[in-house]
Amino acid sequence: MARRLRMAGSAVHVDEPATARLSLDEMHLVERLCDGDESAFELLVERYHVEMLALARVYVRTRQIAEEVVQETWLAVLNGIDRFEGRSSLKTWVFRILVNTATTRGVREARSFPVSALIDEGPAVDPERFHPDGIAFADEWRTVPSDWRALPEEILMSSETLDVVSRAIADLPPRQGQVIAMRDIVGFGPEEVSATLGVSRENQRILLHRARSRVRAALEAHFDD
Amino acid sequence: MTDFATELNCRGVVEVVTDYLEGTLSPMLAHTVERHLESCEGCRRYVEQMRITVRTVGRLRDEDVPHEIRERLLEAFRELTRG
Repeated sequence: MARRLRMAGSAVHVDEPATARLSLDEMHLVERLCDGDESAFELLVERYHVEMLALARVYVRTRQIAEEVVQETWLAVLNGIDRFEGRSSLKTWVFRILVNTATTRGVREARSFPVSALIDEGPAVDPERFHPDGIAFADEWRTVPSDWRALPEEILMSSETLDVVSRAIADLPPRQGQVIAMRDIVGFGPEEVSATLGVSRENQRILLHRARSRVRAALEAHFDD
Repeated sequence: MTDFATELNCRGVVEVVTDYLEGTLSPMLAHTVERHLESCEGCRRYVEQMRITVRTVGRLRDEDVPHEIRERLLEAFRELTRG
């Protein structure tokens, strides 16, 4: 591993949003990593490992493969840290490596969808749920959604409920699964998702909306059962 | 200009709910959504369902890094540093 960190110059990179740049905290962390400081690596693992695993699950079929993807990513991070130039945040850089590793592995594991699955223009809610056009109450709820605030916590938090969510995300078209995992599991902001996945803000908005709508529908089928 | 308020119905609300929760709607449209929600129990419940959905998805991550994984990664780190 390199002993010395090569940082990017002071040039302004207009393609990177300001929030995605290297923070002082991350700069120190990178320096310590390059110096072979084990506690710096431990801190990084502590910060990102579970999020990386959750995201990798969207790309590959099994948890075991996802774990392999994350470990492969950590090795790539350690091997590449001396070439990291600080043009994006460390987090974005690490997750980009994860996405690349997971994509390669996902293709190999044949968890791939036709290109047509990328475009999903379906409505958020089954049109049957609304009164049809041309009559009174057109496009209003035929039967109102149930009140989930009345559901007991132990049902909301149950492993069955989490399984339903997990399966619903696995069934999404890949781009939707990636965006919802990054936004709602990993907790990335929209800028970070755009920087990591290379999707425009507008497409991300649509993908997130479709994904959340589908997961909601799956939960509704589960709760109303 | 078209008055959006007269055009936003329940079927329209469910299509803008993500942008509404993200706070990325134009102020005028956000106001229109809020006016609709004031008078529509079904859509209020729907918005709440979406909030709960987002929270539940967030629970899919593990709490901790398993001990043996941490050890294996640190061992890999030591090897690389030695090498």
